[in-house]
Amino acid sequence: MTTRVVRGTLASRVFAVVAITAVVVLAFLPSWGSISLQRKMVELLTLMALAVMWNLLAGFAGVVSVGQQAFVGLGAYSMIAFVNVHHQNLYWSVLFSALVAAVLSIPIGLIAFRLRGSYFAIGTWVLAEAVSLIVILQKSLGAGNGVSLNIKGHALATRQDNSYWFALIVGVGAVLVTYLVLRSRLGLQMQAIRDSEDGARGLGANVYRTRFLVWMLAAFWTGLAGATYYLQQLRVQPAGTGGAFSVVQWTAPIIFIVVIGGIGTIEGPVIGAVLYYVLRERFKDHQTVYFISMGIIAIAVALLLQGGIWGTIRRRLGADLFPVRRRLVQRQD
Amino acid sequence: MVWTNAIIQGILLGGLYALFATGLSLSFGVMRLVNLAHGDLAIFAAFMTLSISTSLKINPLVALLIVLPAAFVVGYLLQLVIFDRVVGVDPAFQIVATFGLGIVIQNALLEKYTADTRGLNIGRLKTSTIKVNDTIGIGWLPLFTFITAVVVLGSLALFLKRTKLGRAFRATSDDPDAARLMGIDIKRVFAVAMALAIATVALAGVLFGARSSFDPFVGPARLIYAFEAVIIGGLGSLWGTLAGGVTLGVAQAAGRQINPQWGELFGHFVFLAVLVFRPTGMFGKVQSR
Amino acid sequence: MTESLLLLDKVDVGYGDFQALFGIDLHVAEAETVSIIGANGAGKSTLLKAIVGLVQPMRGEIVYEGVSIAHTPAHKRVAQGIALVPEGRRIFDSLTVEENIVIGGDVGRPGPWTKQRVLEAFPLLTRLLNRSGEGLSGGERQTLAIARALMSNPRLLLLDEVSLGLAPIVVRQVYEAVPIIKAQGTTVLIVEQDVNQALAVADRFYCLLEGRISLSGTPGDVSKEQITEAYFGMSRRSH
Repeated sequence: MTTRVVRGTLASRVFAVVAITAVVVLAFLPSWGSISLQRKMVELLTLMALAVMWNLLAGFAGVVSVGQQAFVGLGAYSMIAFVNVHHQNLYWSVLFSALVAAVLSIPIGLIAFRLRGSYFAIGTWVLAEAVSLIVILQKSLGAGNGVSLNIKGHALATRQDNSYWFALIVGVGAVLVTYLVLRSRLGLQMQAIRDSEDGARGLGANVYRTRFLVWMLAAFWTGLAGATYYLQQLRVQPAGTGGAFSVVQWTAPIIFIVVIGGIGTIEGPVIGAVLYYVLRERFKDHQTVYFISMGIIAIAVALLLQGGIWGTIRRRLGADLFPVRRRLVQRQD
Repeated sequence: MVWTNAIIQGILLGGLYALFATGLSLSFGVMRLVNLAHGDLAIFAAFMTLSISTSLKINPLVALLIVLPAAFVVGYLLQLVIFDRVVGVDPAFQIVATFGLGIVIQNALLEKYTADTRGLNIGRLKTSTIKVNDTIGIGWLPLFTFITAVVVLGSLALFLKRTKLGRAFRATSDDPDAARLMGIDIKRVFAVAMALAIATVALAGVLFGARSSFDPFVGPARLIYAFEAVIIGGLGSLWGTLAGGVTLGVAQAAGRQINPQWGELFGHFVFLAVLVFRPTGMFGKVQSR
Repeated sequence: MTESLLLLDKVDVGYGDFQALFGIDLHVAEAETVSIIGANGAGKSTLLKAIVGLVQPMRGEIVYEGVSIAHTPAHKRVAQGIALVPEGRRIFDSLTVEENIVIGGDVGRPGPWTKQRVLEAFPLLTRLLNRSGEGLSGGERQTLAIARALMSNPRLLLLDEVSLGLAPIVVRQVYEAVPIIKAQGTTVLIVEQDVNQALAVADRFYCLLEGRISLSGTPGDVSKEQITEAYFGMSRRSH
């Protein structure tokens, strides 16, 4: 009889085949789907990426931020600065913008990490407000009124297709990155910290450093998703409906998606994002009531069904589509 | 002289911030709960006051006689029905539940009252000022607000220090399980603490609505100022909260005096500076957690 | 046998997936002093927590004064006459010593213990009355914790590891309180790691081993070997 450590399950292997097929089909969407579907998919995929990253932070690293809109806004406005002010290449600018978000997440994190738990959450919110106010002071970035991305010299169809592919990479990539992080040493430390912060510390895990690295990674990816979203939207404004720094525009849906889908699972935010987006389109004419309902559902899940949709399914079926946990299997030889 | 006036206005505004912060300080102190819907509940109270005062044709300040007891009951029930389930669990769920509540309140107000800005008409009190000289004028309403804040904080401090229930509050804050061993019903203590928190923030919301215009989405900013006041003043100290509110008010007024766009930003900078250089705040005993 | 003041019938207690106590049968008669001994992690503190209601039993029955209290909330059991001096003293640091004493009597039964009576029994507290709980020494904290518990005039007093972390001389002072308490007719249930101390004051004892009762009896009737075996779960030949 031998014992070996495995991660995969039959369900996870079947799922891998289905998922890869789906991504391939989606990659060719510009050749079979309508422009309007393509635009919608950009929105869905970027929202999904944001939710997946928030889940990595809140659900796995125990860092609950309500200030992620800071990095959406930094991504969007850095892109504007690179393209409009410094005349850089449109697509490289998207990547640079994500780097700017990651770099600025260092000073922001150094301050916010002085607070813990719920106070950390409001602290990130205050910092996001401060960042937004500083951006509003920049006249070259349109101040409080907003600004349009300069797309002179880019054909409409190419730009649309490129935005879509960016969004596909950002969305699918977010899931893959989460998966890889959780399988890495960093992921093991995160899980140890989640089980017992003091215990993990005793085993030599640097809780602060682990959390900070995840915080920077999430800032990078959030900035990337923000820039990609506005690469398609073109018009960026700081606050109000559609505002890049708006907590209602970004952080509220992200939290609803993650909590309803299943916090602390890889699959949850993906399911949550699709569900949230499809229902939002369905109830387009009743946005306010839709938001109220989502809020009530999120509260109910937080109080009564803390695993969300996927957490509940997983408990019932015992299935893991993304095998992160190692299992010991004994085999008779 | 312009500066003296700005600072006086800042101090008076700070009283309002302290009133917003009182409930946050109290609910954190007693049960380590941070209610992200705190500001939205204040604005909810302002809208309720608006409806009551228009339908009964009474002064909004008189409508407080209905609104404050109602807010007390709402706070009591909120704690029993919603917040009790997220006390002492993973903070993520506390944040989600209270944040979700805030979003629900904002959108419910939007549905009922539209996004138009409103104001509470309290009559002459709003416009009358005490003229000290040509540049310095003290408005009766800001003064009244400041005095109200001091009275509320003072009564609360007395309540905590002198009454049996106040003693139970402090014991529960120190060690909830040991408090239960003293026969204290901590769920009731939590509910009364939340009731007081919501009643004080409702009062703050109404005084805010009497002074400035409001719409369904101004709640989060009230939460943020309240939070800054608590941290600047230091956790676990009611008088610290007053000092924190005043510091924030003065910082904002000073910023605004330099450039109208810098008011809020200056407030945030003072808050960040406190976090970086003195995380326990001005009067705090405990680290911000 | 006289009727039991407290009776536990096949009580199981656990936290989540972890079960700490298995099928505990135990009884305490009025005015008796009973000790519960056992190694670290044997479930002694959990047993006391179940009796005062800080944890709920998964199965089994807890009967006090002839009535089931298994589902009575902790704060109501105080009014019924059960008081616990918790492990680690757990004095309220932001209350003064006087407030710490008085708060113990806020809920409770009428009886011999008043603030004045408590201060007579523990004179060292008199000069500390206006100090805050925060600055007290270990022995002062323990004395205060006992005084605080007595203020509710308990019929059943539970003492959890009162000697833990105290210097031997302080332990002796603390244990001098036990006869004073017994003199009022109070029933005392003591959890103690220090076996000698626990058996010296007890009329009867129970020994816990890994969540189960491994031995019970009167201190005089059992041999040292029997206790050692029940305590450690194996035969150890002492020489």
